[in-house]
Formats: sequence, structure tokens, C-alpha cells
Amino acid sequence: MYVYNDFDQAFVRERVAQFRAQVARRIDGSLTEDEFRPLRLMNGLYLQLHAYMLRVAVPYGTLNPSQMRQLAHIAERFDKGYGHFTTRQNIQFNWPKLEDVPDILDALADVEMHAIQTSGNTIRNVTADHFAGAAEDEIADTRPVAELLRQWSTDHPEFQFLPRKFKIAITGSPNDRAVTRAHDIGLRMVRNDAGEAGFEVIVGGGLGRTPMIGKVIRDFLPQADLLPYVEAVVSVWNLLGRRDNKYKARIKITVHENGIDTIRDMVESRFEQIQPQFGGVDQQILAQIEQHFLPPTFHPKSVDAYEAARLANPAFRSWSDTNLAPHKAPGYSIVSISLKKPGATPGDATADQMRAMADIAERYGHSELRVSHEQNIILPHVQKSNLPAVYQALREADLASANIGLISDIIACPGMDYCALATARSIPIAQEIAVRFDELKLEHDIGPLKIKISGCINACGHHHVGHIGILGLDRAGVENYQITLGGDHTEDAVIGEKTGPGFSADEVVPAIERIVGAYLSLRHGRGETFLEAFRRVGIEPFKTALYDSEAKADAA
Amino acid sequence: MSRQFTPKVVTANALLEGDVVWLTADDRWTRDIHEAELIEEEAHGQIRLIEASRQTGTVVGVYLADARPGPLGPEPIHFREEFRTRGPSNYTHGKQVEA
Ligand code: SF4
Repeated sequence: MYVYNDFDQAFVRERVAQFRAQVARRIDGSLTEDEFRPLRLMNGLYLQLHAYMLRVAVPYGTLNPSQMRQLAHIAERFDKGYGHFTTRQNIQFNWPKLEDVPDILDALADVEMHAIQTSGNTIRNVTADHFAGAAEDEIADTRPVAELLRQWSTDHPEFQFLPRKFKIAITGSPNDRAVTRAHDIGLRMVRNDAGEAGFEVIVGGGLGRTPMIGKVIRDFLPQADLLPYVEAVVSVWNLLGRRDNKYKARIKITVHENGIDTIRDMVESRFEQIQPQFGGVDQQILAQIEQHFLPPTFHPKSVDAYEAARLANPAFRSWSDTNLAPHKAPGYSIVSISLKKPGATPGDATADQMRAMADIAERYGHSELRVSHEQNIILPHVQKSNLPAVYQALREADLASANIGLISDIIACPGMDYCALATARSIPIAQEIAVRFDELKLEHDIGPLKIKISGCINACGHHHVGHIGILGLDRAGVENYQITLGGDHTEDAVIGEKTGPGFSADEVVPAIERIVGAYLSLRHGRGETFLEAFRRVGIEPFKTALYDSEAKADAA
Repeated sequence: MSRQFTPKVVTANALLEGDVVWLTADDRWTRDIHEAELIEEEAHGQIRLIEASRQTGTVVGVYLADARPGPLGPEPIHFREEFRTRGPSNYTHGKQVEA
């Protein structure tokens, strides 16, 4: 993975030193909160409901074991012994003290990490396919491009005061695991008719208050043009974007109000203007970066031990059925470590679990770890012959839940247990649903089903693109949950449809059971997933299941 | 006194720890809502809010929250304010164990 050069190292250290002085001046009263707030946000420090929260960037979701161990150390030394992995592939610490934050940032800098641009109206951490560099269906590993984008966007002088935050996602696979259609810019690698690899560029996607699926602005962009083209997009929006109304400031509204064709024309002319100025330097830097992302040497080895373990141990078989994905190298697998044990907080890992994952990655996984936007941890390169040992080690760390992609693998934002913007809680809803379906022992029978929960309209929990989406609202001083169905986060992205009136907190689990019950009775066998069945029959049968039985119960 | 006025408490987060605090009648910041001053009059509330907002060296994000009298002192009304007196529901962290 990328290794900081002297410039990166000096830059990050200097930012920590600056922030240390700013914190000292805030505490001694030289800075007011109004003066300090933008400074702390530039360093990822939020004030939440019960405490400060530090959001640490995990660039394109990639971590090495020493970084993971350092996160464990920070969790123990400065927090309450755990961290929360987010849908933007970052990690959040929920209980840091203001005075400790400069030390935390120094500890991060020791392992080439930082919290810069994890907040504010800047270009945020670039998110990427968590299977990058390993996926069987991948055209190329796009993390070098993501790193190029990180370097370009960090402290970019033109883009420090954008109309609003700006999020870029990138994937090297035609099968989109990075939700590129719900980002300000989505970059999806495709091949043109000549067989060359390039990017489909999507702009103006986003969830939140006004969910929109991004529109294709360029169906094929050669990789060499990527940086100037992205700069042209941000630059056009920076001028056009509405600064008068923060609800209309995101590029999705700019695209919506001006039309994709107008935006495209403006971007193309800006691109023509700036492209020559790059003079190929971006490609030289990219070539250097690529040297850091050379794939490990894969050694094909017999898979007999793996197959034997599958036959001998049903628990291992179940785990390997759900938590493995096909790797491009023969004899290898991609392992998803579920941070979704039923009853646990989605995305949370204790310091001990972080260390265990670091050890496993070092021993069996070519020292690579990834954070997925689905709030799980990925070991991208594991030899199949090592899977029984990996599984055993995960069990010992209480990390062996066999539920990836199933109903208990729920995305949930922090909601009103932590977030100052929340209108309702999301974590307890996720916990209750997961526990209930675990009791019912139905989840493997139900098959692939993605539930996504947000604690407010900002949609950090991606509820709009959940097969079942749950949005927590405040209805006259009571937590109320609105359900949407049929959302999809992939390359065929769709915003889910609202079912109707919302449900109180204790009605949510029964409501989900009714939806799942309806699916099980109408599906054409186990081969038809929830989403496929929904697309075939539409929302009506689910509405009937949700509301008619309720009406009957009321009448009874 | 206006009849519609819902009593209030002045609340904020402590600068150093970020912990939730409430303003007492004798101008201290307490970590226990029961010790807070229950403000029963709108104009008085505005004055207390202004006074509290000047204390930028100790607290952050001062605002007035609805409250009602209880046997031990003021109590929160809205669920958000109730959570702020307790801490998160997924772990026994925050005020529920530190109070
Ligand atoms: S969706 Fe809302 S409640 Fe959830 S983390 Fe985002 S801002 Fe907070």
C-alpha cells in the first residue's frame, strides 16, 4: 500500500502541530468556539450528543496491520476501548477528550494516518471498492487512482471552501460495490469498444434529503484524463453551486437545476482549458503510486484442506458459504469479517478485536485489511488452505458471524445514541432486528437481503438504497420509523419506495417480520431473492402485509 | 407569565470533555439535570441563555431545552434530552455509569 514520502510526512506532522496550538489557544480562552469550530472540523473533530467524536480517514478503506493496531491502541488509551467503522470506510472514536486529540493525531501520524478533510466543505475521503485488487470481476485495482485523488484533493487551494462537502467513490469492477451512483462523483471502470480500460463518470448522485441517482456525464473517460476531468467537474460546481441555501448546495441539485447537458458542456470546456496545464505530471505521479500497489505474489496451493474442513465442520461451511467472495487468483478467497454479530452494534470493533484482525491479516492475509462501506472488515487475499485457521482465529475473537449479505448484516449509522443531528436512534433497531431473525433461525433461508438504517434524513446509513430501508424520525416527540422497499446500491441503483405511515420503535421488528413473511410466501423458490421478488410483484403485496394485518389487529 | 410557556433548562456540552451540562440557579454548570435551574418565564430564559452563551471558556453549544418539574428536580421532556441525561443505549457508557 501507499507509503508516505517526506512531503506527506512533514505535511501531516505540521497539521498536527498547528492543531495542538489551536487546541491550547481554545482551552486558554484565546479562541472562541466560533473561531475554533472550523479549525476542529478541518481536523475531523465533531462535538456530538454526549462527547466529542474524532473521525479518522481510512483512505479508500485500506489499512495495514500496524495501522489497525494503532487504532486499537488509540481506542484503549484515549477512548472506551472500541471504534466504530462507518459507511464512508472511516473509523470514528466516540469519546475523545479535547485535550487528548492532538496526541491522538500524532499517534495516527506515526502510522501514516490523519483526520484531515473528514469534515467541512471539502473533498472528503475517497471511497473505493473494498475488494479492490482482489476481486475476480475487476478490470483493474483503482486504489492508485484513489490515492492520486487523495493527494490532489488534500489541501487543494481551489477546493477548501466548496459550496458543500464533496464525495467521490471509485470502483474498478463493472459490478459496483462502492455505491458510485450515490456520490457527487462516481467513477466506474469500464472497457470501451476497443477493449481499453477507462471510467464511466457519474455526477450528481447523493442520498440525504433529496435522494438522487447520479447521471452519466461521460460514458468513457480515458484514465489519463481522469484528474483534469474530475478537477473540471469540481471547478464548475464550485462556481455554480448554490451557497445561498445549504439544502441546495450539493452538486446533485446543481445538476438537477441546470440539467446534465449544460453541466456536461461546461465541464468539457473547463476540461479543455485545464487539461494541458497538467502536462502529464499527474500520470508521472500515478506511475509512482502504482509501484506501492503491486499485488502480492500469489502461490496456488492445494485446496484439499479447505474442502475437507467444509465437509467436517458445518459451522465453517456456513461461514464459508456467506463470508467468502471469489478472488482473482486461483486457490485464494476474499474474506469478509462480519462486525454484525446479532445484538452487537453494527461496525463496532473492540481494541482486542482490532488486534486480532491485524494479527490474522499479518499471518494469513498478506498484511492487508479493508474497511467496507457495509461496516465490515475485509481480508482481501487469503489462501484457501488457510481459511480453517482464519476461521478458528476469528471465532476466538468473537468475529466469526456467518451473515455477510444476510438480514442481520445491517448497515446502521450512529443515530441518536451519538449523533447530534439525529432525529431517532438507529443502533437499537439494528440490534433488535438482528437478534430476532437470529432467534427465528431464518436468515439463511431468507437469503440476500440488505437492511440499511439511518437516524435522520442525512442518510449516512444509506437507507434509500437498502432492499429494506429504515429512516428514524421524530414525530411529535416520539421516535418513528419510515420504511422503504426495493432500494438498490449497485450499478443498477434505485431509490427505495416508501411503504406508507411509519412505525413506532417497538413496531419495527414485527413490521420487518411481516415484510419478510410476505416475501417468503410469494417468492418463486429460494432462487428468487428479496429484491428480485420485489421487482416482479411491486410494493403492493408488501403494503398489504404491512398495513392490512395491522388494521385487522386493531379491529380485533 | 404566558400560559403556553413550557419551562426550560439551559444546557450545553463541557468544553474539555464534551459531556452534557446544565446551568444551575447559582451559575454553576452541573452534570445532573436535577440540579439545574428550571426556568418558568420566557424573558428570564432569554437572559439566562445570553449569560450562559458568554461562557465560551467552559461550555459549547448553549441552548434552552424543554423541561418539567419532577420530584428530584427538573426532568427532560423530549427523548433527545432524555438520552442526554443518560448516554447511549448500546453500551453502559456516559452519564448512566459516570454520574
Ligand atoms: S444519518 Fe443522521 S443520525 Fe445518522 S449519522 Fe448521519 S447525520 Fe447522524
